[in-house]
Amino acid sequence: MAKSSTIPFAGTKEQKEKLDAVIAKHKDMEGGLIPVLHQAQEIYGYLPIEVQQMIAEGLNIPMAEVYGVVTFYTQFTTNPKGKYKIAVCLGTACYVKGSQELVDRISQRLNIGVGECTPDGKFSLDATRCIGACGLAPVLTVNDDVYGRLTAKDIDGILDKYINE
Amino acid sequence: MNLVRAHILVCGGTGCTSSGSEKLISEFETQLSRVGMADEVKVVKTGCFGLCALGPIVIVYPEGAFYSRITPENVKEIVDEHIVKGRIVKHLLYDESVKEEEIMPLNDTNFYKHQMRIALKNCGVIDPENIDEYIALDGYKALGKVLTEMTPEQVIDIMKQSGLRGRGGGGFPTGLKWDFAAKQPKGQKYVGCNADEGDPGAFMDRSVLEGDPHSVIEAMAIAGYAIGADQGYIYIRAEYPIAVNRLQIAIDQAREYGLLGDNIFGTDFSFNLEIRLGAGAFVCGEETALMTSIEGKRGEPRPRPPFPAVKGLWGKPTILNNVETYANIPQIILNGVEWFNNIGTEKSHGTKVFALGGKIKNTGLVEVPMGTTLRTIVEDIGGGIPNGKKFKAAQTGGPSGGCIPASLIDVEIDYDSLISIGSMMGSGGLIVMDEDSCMVDIAKFFLEFTVDESCGKCAPCRIGTRRMLEILTKITDGKATMKDLDNLKLLANSIKASALCGLGQTAPNPVLSTLRYFEDEYIAHIVDKKCPAGVCKNLLQYKIVPEKCIGCSLCARQCPANAISGEIKSPFVIDQSKCIKCGACMSACKKQAIIKE
Repeated sequence: MAKSSTIPFAGTKEQKEKLDAVIAKHKDMEGGLIPVLHQAQEIYGYLPIEVQQMIAEGLNIPMAEVYGVVTFYTQFTTNPKGKYKIAVCLGTACYVKGSQELVDRISQRLNIGVGECTPDGKFSLDATRCIGACGLAPVLTVNDDVYGRLTAKDIDGILDKYINE
Repeated sequence: MNLVRAHILVCGGTGCTSSGSEKLISEFETQLSRVGMADEVKVVKTGCFGLCALGPIVIVYPEGAFYSRITPENVKEIVDEHIVKGRIVKHLLYDESVKEEEIMPLNDTNFYKHQMRIALKNCGVIDPENIDEYIALDGYKALGKVLTEMTPEQVIDIMKQSGLRGRGGGGFPTGLKWDFAAKQPKGQKYVGCNADEGDPGAFMDRSVLEGDPHSVIEAMAIAGYAIGADQGYIYIRAEYPIAVNRLQIAIDQAREYGLLGDNIFGTDFSFNLEIRLGAGAFVCGEETALMTSIEGKRGEPRPRPPFPAVKGLWGKPTILNNVETYANIPQIILNGVEWFNNIGTEKSHGTKVFALGGKIKNTGLVEVPMGTTLRTIVEDIGGGIPNGKKFKAAQTGGPSGGCIPASLIDVEIDYDSLISIGSMMGSGGLIVMDEDSCMVDIAKFFLEFTVDESCGKCAPCRIGTRRMLEILTKITDGKATMKDLDNLKLLANSIKASALCGLGQTAPNPVLSTLRYFEDEYIAHIVDKKCPAGVCKNLLQYKIVPEKCIGCSLCARQCPANAISGEIKSPFVIDQSKCIKCGACMSACKKQAIIKE
């Protein structure tokens, strides 16, 4: 399990306004909670307890239900993500080509586990399921950049690029 | 519409997009403008061509020149030589497609020769973001035929006679499913599309949605007419942004053309579609869990019966079909039952799309008639195993499936043959493994997946799979006894018999099937404390062969744990108590003096 976030919530007024608009739009929609959570995560980057509370009140559903749904789905995160989101594909095709070694190397270098974020907020590490670029296996992505046909040796070079930025 | 003299087709599937095909498109447009030919040559962003290993792929028509692994730097050369001067740039062509200096038709190359494209018919051919291109290839003709010439009963009859079976895994007859829902009393009913492709090595549904989204929309409208539903939902993984985007474009275009909405083709039939995004839960590929998720709740499955056809979404009769299943339907309506029944085997008609991956040369997406042998797929289409390694097994069906060992490479693949050898079709992931893959490790990989993804509702899956994983970990750590192996089998069979949903019931399959064909590997881990494939780290030792070591100290400098010591120019030694088995020394050594055993 990833450590839970200790970074205090810092939502802005603009974010709250955006969220209120999303809630208003989905208030009467059947099964509207999940679409609201998707958009809330886009607004805030993650779904801390404070945001869940606002959604529960806005949609008039119990907080327990919101929390239950957030923690059920892996797409929803209660931890903030890094400025650079590293995602290593652990789909079967990448796994048989050694993607676990990529995870190990990144984890060792940045000193964070899967699902965690570096204390300076620069990097977060996730293991994902198949992203569909099996022709490039093993694959990792940093935000929207895709790196393929990797070995553990390539990791330092990739990380350096972002560290020095 | 402007007439153009040449088309440049650039693959915009996820595989090629990941290797930079978007940049190619803008570069082609820049270069074409530079030579003043932007009006006579059209650049088209298509869906997946299938040969992802060689991406990004560009095909130039009318010649049909198949360029592979193209970089933005190559674009200028293609434009200057091929487009301006009419000289094909041979050194950039896919080498298989050139024979004695002549370009072969793509369908004669080994990769395409054994394939038959029904579900992928338009993928890589049309621009998926342009409804006119779909219509030009008989798109929405099947829907028109159904609405204006057929009764709902006749549509269901055709589906039944075609023998089409669900491509999502279970292989349930589609016509029968529709019939159940159609027979429910009139009232609100729903049509669902399961695009929650969860098998961690499968991407065929995504490719259909990216390459030919209208075929799914058309088929869903046909299903709506057949069962009497006016509303459809497509439940798609949020991890597939390109597919979601193209699907939304396609829905909007269909609505604009009156092919979705009220009174389609001037008939009384109305049908609307909505996209619902998944949020990363494997269990939501199970139909009852998927519906619970659309309802906005935790995606937990519920017992069946009642089946969704009786009581589904919001308690109303609902049918759910997989993307690839839908993609077949317009073709069946247009070409007729007889055509479809002549393809495939006796009990599995038509084709199946496989996502070919792992230790294979031609990674990609292939569609073959049912009954094609594994040998044809691996050796002919897949081009065999790279680096001269030996084929060991193929894994089908993902976390619910099993392994096909090399001894069964001539098995003709269909639903029933795979079940009989202890695997299953699943959604179509086909991962090839060579002699360097450890079967116990693969079983453990899938169990880790299942434990991670178990929704927790029923005890056999929640607790049982975890216990199985613990035993597997003991085995790969070299701490297990033969008694553990007996317990593993007992647990596997109990979970299979008692879990609530299809995912729990099939979760032990990777273990059962590897045990069936590779029990000796399990025993080697347990009794001999050895991993024959050299994968399980805790059973490995890295050693320096003194005769080969020249004492250059390169390995010692690479070692992150300072576990290697020695004097320059005499053999070095690894301290096993310090070694973390990262393998850095082995890849650093220039003399192949380091071995693992």
